[in-house]
Formats: sequence, C-alpha cells, structure tokens
Amino acid sequence: MGFMDKLKARFKQNEETKEVSEKYQEGMKKTRDTFSGKLNDLIARYRKVDEDFFEELEEVLITADVGVSTVMDLVEELKMEVKRQKIKDSSEIKDVISEKLVDIYYGDEDSSIQHLQLDEDGLQVILVVGVNGVGKTTSIGKLAHQLKADGKNVILAAGDTFRAGAIDQLEIWGERADVPVIKHSEGSDPAAVIYDGIRAAKSREADVLICDTAGRLQNKVNLMNELAKVKRVIEREIPGAPHEVLLVLDATTGQNALTQARTFSEATDVSGIVLTKLDGTAKGGIVLAIRNELQIPVKYVGLGEGINDLQQFDADAFVFGLFSDLGMSEESEKTE
Amino acid sequence: MAFEGLADRLQGTIKKITGKGKVSEQDVKEMTREVRLALLEADVNFKVVKQLIARIKERAVGQEVMESLTPGQQVIKVVKDELTNLMGGEQSKIAVADRSPTVIMMVGLQGAGKTTTTGKLANHLRKKHNRNPLLVACDVYRPAAIQQLETLGTQLDMPVFSLGTEANPVDIANQAIAQAKENHNDYVIIDTAGRLHVDENLMEELQKIKTDVKPDEIFLVVDSMTGQDAVNVAESFNEQLDITGVVLTKLDGDTRGGAALSIKAVTDKPIKFAGMGEKLDQLEAFHPERMASRILGMGDVLSLIEKAQTNVDEKQAKELEEKMRTMSFTFDDFLEQMGQVREMGPLDDLMAMIPGSNKMKGLKNAQLDESQLTEVEAIIQSMTKKERQEPSIINGSRRKRIAKGSGTSVAAVNRLIKQFSEMKKMMKQMTNMQKGKKGKGGGFKFPFM
Repeated sequence: MGFMDKLKARFKQNEETKEVSEKYQEGMKKTRDTFSGKLNDLIARYRKVDEDFFEELEEVLITADVGVSTVMDLVEELKMEVKRQKIKDSSEIKDVISEKLVDIYYGDEDSSIQHLQLDEDGLQVILVVGVNGVGKTTSIGKLAHQLKADGKNVILAAGDTFRAGAIDQLEIWGERADVPVIKHSEGSDPAAVIYDGIRAAKSREADVLICDTAGRLQNKVNLMNELAKVKRVIEREIPGAPHEVLLVLDATTGQNALTQARTFSEATDVSGIVLTKLDGTAKGGIVLAIRNELQIPVKYVGLGEGINDLQQFDADAFVFGLFSDLGMSEESEKTE
Repeated sequence: MAFEGLADRLQGTIKKITGKGKVSEQDVKEMTREVRLALLEADVNFKVVKQLIARIKERAVGQEVMESLTPGQQVIKVVKDELTNLMGGEQSKIAVADRSPTVIMMVGLQGAGKTTTTGKLANHLRKKHNRNPLLVACDVYRPAAIQQLETLGTQLDMPVFSLGTEANPVDIANQAIAQAKENHNDYVIIDTAGRLHVDENLMEELQKIKTDVKPDEIFLVVDSMTGQDAVNVAESFNEQLDITGVVLTKLDGDTRGGAALSIKAVTDKPIKFAGMGEKLDQLEAFHPERMASRILGMGDVLSLIEKAQTNVDEKQAKELEEKMRTMSFTFDDFLEQMGQVREMGPLDDLMAMIPGSNKMKGLKNAQLDESQLTEVEAIIQSMTKKERQEPSIINGSRRKRIAKGSGTSVAAVNRLIKQFSEMKKMMKQMTNMQKGKKGKGGGFKFPFM
C-alpha cells in the first residue's frame, strides 16, 4: 500500500478525522488546484525521472515558498531515494515526494498533530506574537471560541495598545466568543495590560489567558525588547508561564517568514506556529523550512474568515490536502 | 543568516574566473545559477527569474572582462541593470481629476496595510500637495476596521465618512462622493475591506464600487514580505480591476522584497509608494534602483555613496588618510570625523545602507545610539587642546576633570580613551595592509566603524 493510500485510509477510518480532512480539502482547494495541478502536469509531461524532471520539481516546490535551501535538501534526498528504489517511471515518485514532505514536518516527532501544551490545573497563559497584519487578533478570537467550546474559562488581554482600533477589534471578538477582555487605553504600556490580565484571570479563576500583542517587524530591536519584557512579566507572575508562545505567520509570506520565526524565537521562545490565510492561493510552504531549520511545529492553520475556521494543524491532512487528487490513482480506487 | 547577498553568492565562482580575459559560457552558467538562487531567495517569482536569467545570459556571454570591473562585478552590474530596467523609473505622481473630487480606491489582501496606508496617503496629499481629502470607511467586514480609520482621521484631524457596519460598501462609496462634493473635499480615499483575490463575491463588490464611483486611481496595497504568491494576487487584482498603481508596505522590515519585481513584471503598473514605518508620515516615493540593490542584497550602496559624496570634503578625507598613515590622528580629527558622519543622517539609516551590515551580528545588536555619540562629543570637547593632541598625558586628575566637565563618569572617559587607542592600532594595521596590497592607501574609511 502506497503512502497516499495509507493517508487516505486514515481519513476514511472514522467520521471525525474525515470531517477534519474535508475542512482542509475545502479550505485548501485553491491551494491544491495550483500546487498539485502543477505537479500532476509535471508528472504527466515527464515519463522518466531525470535531471530536467528534478529541476522542474525544484521550481514547483519553490513556487510553494518552501524555501531554496530546504528544496535543495529535499530534492537531493529524493534523488537518493529514486536511486535506492530504482524508480524510473515518474508516476511512482508521487508517493516518495509526499512521504518526504510529511517527514520534514514530523522531524523526530511521531504524532501528526501537535496539541497546545496546556495543563488542566492552574491558570494557563498563551502569548500571541507576530509581525503586522498576519491575523493575530483574529486568530485569538477564533482560538478563544474553541477553548470556550471545550469548556474552558477564557480571558483575553488586549496587549496591542499601539495600532488604531486594535483594542476595539479584540473586544468584538471577545463578544463573539463570549469571553471577557481586559484592556487599557490606546498608547498605554502593554506589559501593564498583560499584568492586569494576569491579576484578573487569577481572581476570576480563569483556565486560560490569551495575550494579544501589537504587530511588530522583527528587525525593530526596541519593539522586540518590549515583547521580551511582556514575556518576563508573565514569567514573574506565574512560574512556568507562558505555557504557549504562538507565532502567527501569514501563509502568503515568502522567505522572510523564516527570519520572523528565528527572531521572534530569540525574543520570546516560540513554542508553536499559527499559519493564517491558507484559504487563498498561497501554499505556506515556508512552514516546511521553519520546521526543518528551527524545529518549531505548526499548531493551527487559518482556513477561512469564520469563527470556526481555525483548525488544529495536522501534517498528514495538510499534505493530503495538497496531494489529495494526486495520490488516488485509479488502481488504488479499485482495490478498495 | 538565511540570506546571502548576490555578491557573497558569487564569490566562489568569481575566484575561478579572476584573471581570465573573457567570461566563458560555462562561467556564465555557473554565475547565473547563483543569480537564480539569490533572486529566488529574495522571493522573486520563479517565472520572472527565468525570463531575467535568459536575458542576463544573452548579455553576459562572450563579453570582455572590463578592466575597471572584476567579472563578478560585471555580472552584478548586468543583473542590476536588468532589474532596474524591469522596475522602470520613479513614478510617485497621483492623478488629479478634471472635476473635483479625485477618487482613489485602496484594494488588497487582508493585513496588507490598506487602512494605515489610506491614512498615510491622506497625510501625504495634504502635506505635499496641499489637498483636503475625505477618508471613506468601506471595510464593513473586519471587526473595528471603521474605528481604526476613524482613529487615524482623528490623529490627522481629517474627516472620515462611514455608515456603520450594516451598510452596503457600494452605497457608502456613493454617498461619500456626494458628501465630498458638498464639503469641497478635493480628494476621496476609499478604504476597502481586505479580500482574497479568489473570493468572487467580494471581488464583484469592488467592481461595483469601481463602476459607480469611477476612481481616478486604484492602488493595490501589497505586503513587501509576500512570497511567490505575489504574482497570483497582483495578476488577479489587475485583471479584475485594472489597477493604476501599487503601494508596497512594511518595507522598513528586513525582507528583500522580491515581490516588488514580480508585481511589476506581471502587471506592468508602477509601484508608486513604499510604507517605511508605522507612523503616518512614513510613506515615501518608491525608488526602483534602490529596490534592485536591496533585492540583490547589495545594500543601498548608491544612496550611501551619494550621501558620503555630498557630506565629506575630499580634501579633508585626503588629509585624514595621511594622518592615519603617519599615526598622527588625534581626538580633534576624531571629533571632525564624527561630525561629518552625523551630518549624513541618523546612524541607523546609514548602517542599514551598508551591504552586509544586517549580517554582522555585533552591529545589529549594538543599536547605534545617537546619545552615545553625543556623550563622546561632550567628553572630547571637555579636553584641553593639548590633551586632544597627546592623549597619553591624560592622567587620573585630568580624567576626573574631563568627566565633570562633560557631565559623564570617569569610567566613560576611560572607555573612550581605550577605544581611541585601540582604534589607532587598528588603523595602523589597516594602512599597513593597504600598503602591502596596492602600494598606497585606497579610499576613504570611516575610522570608527
């Protein structure tokens, strides 16, 4: 049984995983149309696996923003694999490609989904960071809604005191998700807002506090220092917190996302990534490079504008979403 | 660092061909491979890269290695010429309608920076063109988008037209134009909601607004960090709306910004402005040539040279070189040097223009502090003439006096004296090295960088 068939089998097993898979397929429809379309086209045009084939494959992957060095590594590995398995026909290589892509995601982990590291006991703090306009506040709104639906008592802290309208925006999300928002006025010290958020969360015995922060470009040292200070305040008030630091990345971002991940990690020790705007035509391939080079897992993906459109990231489902119309050759359809 | 500039990438290949009279096809092939990788790493779309590489190959093969340029420099020059060509000239003009008001529509993906840019553009129109714009809040979808524009309006003291989140964006736009006519606003800037270029319903809404208000400009706002997808976005918006220009945002970040090239290549519409910061006056005209350097990772060498040329007196520079060689460099020269560099502009800006400076970790974290320079100036100015000429005479009590006079501490004075002597040592090494290589010192050096 080929790798894609295994994935497919997994998503047919039960209704729940099937539903997840369908969300991905729907959300990533545009993504898939272009990515797998190109790959299919490539495989159709090249019957033989040769140098030219690999060069074009390189291009297809680069178009997905996977990142030049990761692509080079990947193609190198594929070449070895092709030699080892003595693959000559291009149609046989689909499986190997998707397997390698999932491999990069997993790294040393063996689980397809990386859950939030939240304990049942005590106040859990999630700090959300990222550059401007990636969708931090929106993601927080969606995440709050999910945690609330799971029966958690959630509080939001409006730490973006800089951008015009940011506090109002979080408040509207707070209303939608039916969770309280702790805020100060625009222009106040973000660390103070977060501090008040912690105090409020403690006194109201909340389960989870999600801290919004202002978007900042990672090369602004002063702003990155400010963020580190916010994190220190959280650490000081609650030992072991923040339990999660989520870096929000825009799927349309190119190679700069890698620099973002690196710099934000230096300042705040990022524990997971939220990849937003994956419902467009962008492929978000940069998360491959980030996983590959920095070992930061993707925990959530944004697949639409609705409050329910934030999904736990599932590497299998992601790759399945990219390749779903690729791996299902007629033969494997028949055998079922 | 993730990114290597083109110059670094070409090093290996260049070593091989140095000394050759002609650039062979094989050399070009190797070099264009490096050029290709550099461009791809800078997020230039691979199709655009392909076309560029084809043209570069054509121009570079068989060329004689010019005397003044090394083969590597020559390839870089060809590449940069091609990029600059593709990007076109500087065009930051904004249309003026025959009959007031002139209408500008801002469109783009979510989070590109449309609302902020709307505010910046309004500020630009008032400051540079003495106009009186009306801002229109047509983003009824994103929570608090209207509040955001209203806040910007308050900060700028400019009128904002909105009908709340229940109204239809097409109606809002229409009514805004009517109000602008009534209140004699000569420009109307319509801020629309961010949307995916593949969202048919929302794209149709933009077309309806366009049909109704007949905008004189439609600006596509694009995040400069956008990757390969930039071509799809730009192509799609352009096909459906026939945009008139592009505003590139968040260019104050450290992205190479290859998206700029991709967008220009697929739409052939001018990139008019660049967002350079979060403040409302940080909107600048777009410089294609500087962008070309940036994409290639060459820093903004040109701007730096321009600045240096206008600010550094050549004669002074020669004298300085002489002093460096003869080791007669004093605190007075140091002070003079510092003055010249400071005249060139804020230090952070200068540093950003130096190629490779983003790579030097020490420098990046140093965060050149203007106030430190002021301190250094104060310390030197508190020295006597003799002390400036002969730092060795500065003993304990002199140090105390200097510290008091400059309002600093003895430790600060000590630090400066130590730095100065180390710098002198370094200069000696540098001039010796240059002597060994070329026989005479070459070019002007910033002594304390």
